[in-house]
Amino acid sequence: MGQITLQGVQKAFGPVHIIKGADLDIADGSFVVFVGPSGCGKTTLLRLIAGLEDVTDGRILIDGKNVVAVPPAKRGLSMVFQSYALYPHMSVRGNIGFGLKMAGLAKDEINRKVEAAAATLNLTPYLERKPRELSGGQRQRVAIGRAIVREPKAFLFDEPLSNLDAALRVQMRIEVTRLQKQLGTTAIYVTHDQVEAMTMADKIVVLNGGKIEQYGSPLDLYEKPANLFVAGFIGSPKMNFVTGESALQRGAFTIGVRPEHLKIERDGAGGWPGTIAVAEHLGSDTFLYVDAGQLGMLTARYIGELSLHAGDRVSLVPEPARIHRFNESGNAIRG
Amino acid sequence: MATRQTQYLARSLLAPAVGLLFIWMIVPLALTLYFSTLHYSLLDPGSEAFVGLENFRYFLTDPAFLASLQNTLVLVGSVLVLTILLGIPLALLLDQPVVGRNIVRLMVIAPFFVMPTVSALVWKNLLMHPVSGLFAWLAKVFGLTPIDWFNDMPMFAIILIVAWQWLPFATLILLTALQSLDEEQKEAAEMDGASGVSTFIYITLPHLARPITVVVLIETIFLLTVFAEIFVTTGGGPGLQTTNIAFLIYSQALIQFDVGSASAGGLVAVVIANIVAFFLVRIVGRNLEA
Repeated sequence: MGQITLQGVQKAFGPVHIIKGADLDIADGSFVVFVGPSGCGKTTLLRLIAGLEDVTDGRILIDGKNVVAVPPAKRGLSMVFQSYALYPHMSVRGNIGFGLKMAGLAKDEINRKVEAAAATLNLTPYLERKPRELSGGQRQRVAIGRAIVREPKAFLFDEPLSNLDAALRVQMRIEVTRLQKQLGTTAIYVTHDQVEAMTMADKIVVLNGGKIEQYGSPLDLYEKPANLFVAGFIGSPKMNFVTGESALQRGAFTIGVRPEHLKIERDGAGGWPGTIAVAEHLGSDTFLYVDAGQLGMLTARYIGELSLHAGDRVSLVPEPARIHRFNESGNAIRG
Repeated sequence: MATRQTQYLARSLLAPAVGLLFIWMIVPLALTLYFSTLHYSLLDPGSEAFVGLENFRYFLTDPAFLASLQNTLVLVGSVLVLTILLGIPLALLLDQPVVGRNIVRLMVIAPFFVMPTVSALVWKNLLMHPVSGLFAWLAKVFGLTPIDWFNDMPMFAIILIVAWQWLPFATLILLTALQSLDEEQKEAAEMDGASGVSTFIYITLPHLARPITVVVLIETIFLLTVFAEIFVTTGGGPGLQTTNIAFLIYSQALIQFDVGSASAGGLVAVVIANIVAFFLVRIVGRNLEA
């Protein structure tokens, strides 16, 4: 079991309020991603759950039990650190088994569990190696092995893939997701990369300035962002925001349209006319950055190749059903 | 960078410095070699004559040689053990966040900046003096007989002084190493359920293996040649109890005025230092790899 509940959790370092009251319900077995820009408090929130920081106020419940006064090791959670934090003088076997050794398990039982974990992660040939003799991806897997071997109630991942190169990151992303589904253990995963968040999560927590902006499934966040921040943060390229007359016509202070929901018309009639400033041709997609005069720069995405080039005049027509409306304070207007 | 031209330039620019260093080193060494083969007594000027290896035979068969060799090893070994055993807890303490940590660090490091002669004098006259010293006063406060350090336990007194001087060095090196210990590793150990003691044994101590090696190697080099502390306090005595190799060579040259035999002793000391270095690198040097 690994149900984690946060109730009014706050954290302040001296006068600086990092977490301004977080309420959250994480269901057993779910994969929850904390995402937000740097400094939003996502790592701090994770460390509060881990017990590496003390909460200033509020309660953290694991399986219904308040753990704010419980030391990290006793919370039954395990953590994968950004730097992996492997013990450099221990072999892979020693690293994975360290927690079990500290728990006072018998040697042959430790070996059995370590070997089982290593087999799950394809680390068996490397068990006797030192971390420095491993590649980045292998080190990453050792760090994960150290987490799974203790059969925790939940895994905590602190930006674990940020030190890997792009190709490996995609591969590890899939491996971590598959492993979590296979073990069925609750996971909390911190990242600043919204693609990782969208692809891995059952549910995403978007954090900004120490507050939870929205909590929901990836597609919920994409289709129904609660406010301007979530709308701008989720989705790549970023959502276009338009204020002024076009917005007022639709009864909103600001309207947002995702680049993929702008229809591109070659002759500048109707919609929002403009001149292409930059055209990016990726083969699979075409991104157009259009200077739309008073509306500012708009981004449009076309699936497939579209032979338009910088300097061409186009008109962008938003899909009416896909327009997001926001009021003065930046919150979404529904209905 | 590594074109032929830059290599040539680098070498020609380095050449004067390397040449000067080489001369600086080779002239005294060559002269020592030369003197070691002469009968050369300052009491009998003009009588210099080639005697082959006679000086070496004389120096090595002198009963004082073995005694001083043993004293040298005892001194080096004891100071190494003391500085490391005390340096580790001190470094751990100084690594804690306390008020005025910078001042405390400065104070701990201060003995290293005191000249050996000065610190030996302070210890001799202010601390260890059997009549007016601080230790004697303390002993009398508790109704004990003051210890006459330099007569009753001269070697121990020297070890104390030298260890006091080198403790800051060991502490400083270990402290910087502690500060480079990855915070996330300690947190990982905490998550793994390691207690403070286990973290120290399994995480901190292995991390300190390399700096301890550095401390051992560097201290050994300097401790083999401890001289001022002995010269100022005991003068090598009583008897030969605190005479180490360096002091023995000094006494050959400037007490017995036998330059030839002192030169031979100097060369023997070089050989001993190299033997010690060879074994040290063998034993602890592997910590320095990779």
